[in-house]
Amino acid sequence: MIAIVDYGAGNLTSVRLALERIAARVAVTSEPAAILAAERVIFPGVGAIGAAMARLKAAGLDGALRETVARGTPFLGICLGAQIVFEHSEEDGGVAGLGLLPGTVPAFPRGLPGAKIPQIGWNQVTFRLPHPLFEGIASGAEFYFVHGYYPAPADPAHVLAETDYAGRTFASVAGQDNLAVTQFHPERSGRVGLKLLENFARWDGKGGAAC
Amino acid sequence: MLTKRIIPCLDIRDRKVTKGVRFQNNVTVGDPVELAVRYCEEGCDELVFYDIGASAEGRPTDLGMVRETAQAVFIPFAVGGGIASVDDMRQVLLAGAEKVSVNTQAVLHPELIAEGAREFGSQCIVLGMDPVRADDRQQFPSGYEVTVRGFRQRTGLDALAWARRAEELGCGEIVVNSVDADGTGAGYEIELTRLIARHTGIPVVASGGAGKPADLAEVFRRADADAAIVAGMLHSGAYTVGAIKRELAEAGIPMRMVW
Repeated sequence: MIAIVDYGAGNLTSVRLALERIAARVAVTSEPAAILAAERVIFPGVGAIGAAMARLKAAGLDGALRETVARGTPFLGICLGAQIVFEHSEEDGGVAGLGLLPGTVPAFPRGLPGAKIPQIGWNQVTFRLPHPLFEGIASGAEFYFVHGYYPAPADPAHVLAETDYAGRTFASVAGQDNLAVTQFHPERSGRVGLKLLENFARWDGKGGAAC
Repeated sequence: MLTKRIIPCLDIRDRKVTKGVRFQNNVTVGDPVELAVRYCEEGCDELVFYDIGASAEGRPTDLGMVRETAQAVFIPFAVGGGIASVDDMRQVLLAGAEKVSVNTQAVLHPELIAEGAREFGSQCIVLGMDPVRADDRQQFPSGYEVTVRGFRQRTGLDALAWARRAEELGCGEIVVNSVDADGTGAGYEIELTRLIARHTGIPVVASGGAGKPADLAEVFRRADADAAIVAGMLHSGAYTVGAIKRELAEAGIPMRMVW
């Protein structure tokens, strides 16, 4: 069973439907016990990081997420969920994240010609390290992004894939061991996105970078 | 590189996709979910549904259609028509839409944009606008006036001023649907699309007038549009999304070519 963590940060319908489409058993939950009991955990999220972190803590979910990752449960963060796993985000005047991956979440520079902020749309994801999540997907395939901030892992060994936008090359997929995060939305990325989720639903949490 | 998006538009009335010129003489094109799946398989990057029946008759949006679509396609789609409150937005988003599109109701109640953006994030809120050419440059410096209620009512609002106000209020994207070009197949309204794209900081979607792939190439190149809406040229069977994309990719426009 895959637990989709519900902490009031955005719409979970599309994540749930995409997993149901690939015939995964899913439960949308805000219960720490249910998250700890799950075989796999998806940590989605859309919106501002300050409010999201406050809600995670208020629901007692921050501890459960840390423990899930420490136990080796395959864990996939998506969009805001990808950003929260880092130590620190520039958003909302500076917010401490879960600190599961060393690194920060800076803002895209504003005012560059041809680079509107937030980035909205399909952009290329170039694989930097082999990973079970990428099986059957061509490096350079486009995925759907909506974001104004981006993950910046401190350790290059945690950069699994990269994307170019607004004069930056950023980690569109990052991870370590059983933890993987995508800045894009696999659930909105058509066939390649469903393939990535299917790979996650089969992943044993091994074979990631820096094992 | 971020690709330019091609967005088929499905106008819905009584659970059927219809196509007309300037909202008139509509003919039925097909079932919305079947068409959505077909256009997805052809490689479209996003979809937009306008429930024109709901808007005209003051009914809520057809949520059953939104749910079925969300179970069948896994790319972003926006839904407009009949959305008059934050609660209406919530229903449509929970049914599986990525974005909601507001038009007439946003002109009547601009705070709807701000409230929606606060509740769901700017990326969920699309402003649709239907501008028409207006000669009085004193009142309409952009040369275009915003109309509402399916082009039937003028508002006295200048198109560029309204776009900038909507951006300030928090909308995340603007669809510029030219009344003059809509349904003609004679090409997009380049001047106005460019004016809005250059004077706002959010993505601009060109709409109305596409008749051939070169029209899309022109609006991407000359008007800085981030995305383009197509309807008639697909509904008529004259083109597939894939054929349009291949032609644009050959012309050097960044396109998502694997789907």
